[in-house]
Amino acid sequence: MELEFDARYEAFRMQVRDFVVKHKPPKNWGLSDRNNADRVAWLRLQIEHGYWARTIPKQYGGYGAEPDLLETVIMDEEFNRAGVPRGMMAQGPSMLVPTLLNHGSEEQRRRWIGPTLRGEVLWCQGYSEPGSGSDLASLQTSATEDGDDFIINGQKIWTSTADQAQMCFILVRTEPDAEKHAGISYILLPMDTVGIEVQPLRTMSGDIGENSFNQVFLTDVRVPKANVVGKRGEGWKIANTTLEHERNSLNANAEGTLMRLARLMNNETMGGVPAMASPVYRDRLMKLQARALSMKHHGMRMLTCSLKGESPGVAGLVVKLQNCQLNFDMAALALDVMGELGALYEHTKYERERGYWQAHSMFSLGLIIGGGTAQIQKNIIAERGLGLPREPKPAKV
Amino acid sequence: MDFGLSEDQLLLDDTVRRFLADQVPIERVRELREKNCPNDRAIWMALAELGLTGILVPEAQGGSALALLDAALVSQALGHAVTPTPFLASAVMAPIALAAVGGSEAFGWLAGIATGDLVFGVAVTELFSVREAADVSLKAGALHGKAMMAIDACTADLLLVAIDDDMLGVVKTDTAGLEITRLATVDATRCTAEVLLEGVTPEAVFEGAEHAIDRMLDAGRIALAADALGACESMVEQAVAYAKQRKQFDRLIGSFQAVKHMCSEMIAEVEPARSLLWYAAHSFDAVPNEAPLMACHVLAHISEIAREIASISTQVHGGIGWTDEQNLHFWFKRIANARHLLGGPEYLRNRAAELQGFALTA
Repeated sequence: MELEFDARYEAFRMQVRDFVVKHKPPKNWGLSDRNNADRVAWLRLQIEHGYWARTIPKQYGGYGAEPDLLETVIMDEEFNRAGVPRGMMAQGPSMLVPTLLNHGSEEQRRRWIGPTLRGEVLWCQGYSEPGSGSDLASLQTSATEDGDDFIINGQKIWTSTADQAQMCFILVRTEPDAEKHAGISYILLPMDTVGIEVQPLRTMSGDIGENSFNQVFLTDVRVPKANVVGKRGEGWKIANTTLEHERNSLNANAEGTLMRLARLMNNETMGGVPAMASPVYRDRLMKLQARALSMKHHGMRMLTCSLKGESPGVAGLVVKLQNCQLNFDMAALALDVMGELGALYEHTKYERERGYWQAHSMFSLGLIIGGGTAQIQKNIIAERGLGLPREPKPAKV
Repeated sequence: MDFGLSEDQLLLDDTVRRFLADQVPIERVRELREKNCPNDRAIWMALAELGLTGILVPEAQGGSALALLDAALVSQALGHAVTPTPFLASAVMAPIALAAVGGSEAFGWLAGIATGDLVFGVAVTELFSVREAADVSLKAGALHGKAMMAIDACTADLLLVAIDDDMLGVVKTDTAGLEITRLATVDATRCTAEVLLEGVTPEAVFEGAEHAIDRMLDAGRIALAADALGACESMVEQAVAYAKQRKQFDRLIGSFQAVKHMCSEMIAEVEPARSLLWYAAHSFDAVPNEAPLMACHVLAHISEIAREIASISTQVHGGIGWTDEQNLHFWFKRIANARHLLGGPEYLRNRAAELQGFALTA
């Protein structure tokens, strides 16, 4: 056990802290600011100093440093501390860029990675379909050959930011006669192509949620074959590397949320008595605190495994399941503490913290489902982590 | 930055687990439950030879002066094998208390603990839970009263006794006026007793021992949490192994999602709890100001998940899990008894809140 960072990293931390203090932008940039030249300038500045796209090769628009996990942790901690977003939380940088680095052609990398990292091009992910959720590989959106193009027909759903994105990385069935996992291709699709219709999908959290959700209808959408990433028919394998990036990015700052909840319980009163002084609410808080502390230290254990290049085994497979449920349960206690006022929403009079806890509750529920449902996670834990046998396939009728 | 076990700790863990698998298999545990006290001296002396009885004893007294994290790993292995030993009282709680109070008498006993020749029990329940009007007091140099659920007392040579809230006494178990009666619990693998004191002359009384008491309880709680987590690990392993060999409806039951998810839910609790345990034990030596809070949280949390795991693992086994012959109940009952031995979850969470200044009166 050695929980300190050595001197070289502490020096790096100071360097990051100085940068953030000196260059801190005037406000947090949300996705709606995508065309904001200031935001692009801020991302460029971060890349220039190596605090964003740090390990992406220079020729593709990154900073070109060697990967170093502790540097990443320190950058995240320092930007978080200052309340400044590091880089950009979006599917382009977190999912498309790693995919292109692994599987893209040289031309695709040079064309897309830089603008994506700088926030000049926003991407959406065209994976799920109404009939293909947990069983993603059963997807039916088709791409038929027509000369040098594919013609795409079908429907995608749960497409975050499709209404704002210029580009979509989409999974389509190009080989209808192949086995289900072998017939899929991964294609880069411009969203202004004729035949694409985006319809917003209002979610349970209404307009307050951070992500816009959409359905995307594709009718005779023409896309050049050159836009396929990797080989035709290898889209499933390629998408799976991306899905791993998604699961890894679902980290939660459970301890921060727990402390926010504790502050709420100190401030919120019933009949003049703070919620914290109620033995019932306080006991629930302590239960959640133990879980938050578990996940905090579990995260440090997972980080150590990554640093050593060791596989955490089953211990790594449980992280998403536990963090998502913990977040939901913390929001549940906050809502109970606020009682009948906890249901106030959409900036009504008396609403607390601008509806944060209702939004957080519903958003957490979305995360329990998204990126692989809790039930799919449990299958993975049992089969890959504990070696339990797979469910036998039902005989074809 | 390295959050994990060292090479030495992995070796220690492996050594203890191999030793227990070899020397104290479940058949041996079954034999020991027939005795009045399951704590067996032969097993204890074998552990002493491995250096485990003195794991927390300072080097000057012949111990190995390792960290609480090391002791927690041993405790976890003992829970995993449901081994009956006085490890909790004699190798964890008494040494921490005696080293904290110090002095030549304490150092003498520590040396005896390290060789395995002196076994301590602890009668400290009244520090956190008073039942049956139990209370031990000091009058004119002699001890009077009653202590409940004293740990590892029946076959001990010496007893560490909490007196009021702020003193610790040491008494010989063969002293006149002292009566120790086993209070058999569901758990046949751990010794608990009632201690009656009628004018017992103590070997020593340590006054103003609040700090020693706090450290002793923190260490005991972390070690007991480790024991329960070890028992949980074994129950998960047994459930998974059973699900891989038991067939129903022409299928291995482990291929049913209902059974898979029970197993996943168990391991999803065990692994983060292991991380919490490592940090709690580490904090005891390296971040002592956090240790009281961590000790409360780790024991309360593991007690909660352990009850669930004990139930789910038994259910995965179905009817056979409910029989004496299957042995699974040894783990179930060890977990059940541990839950309140050094403060139950409700008590511990209340204390965790108070330690952070979350007071009930505004």
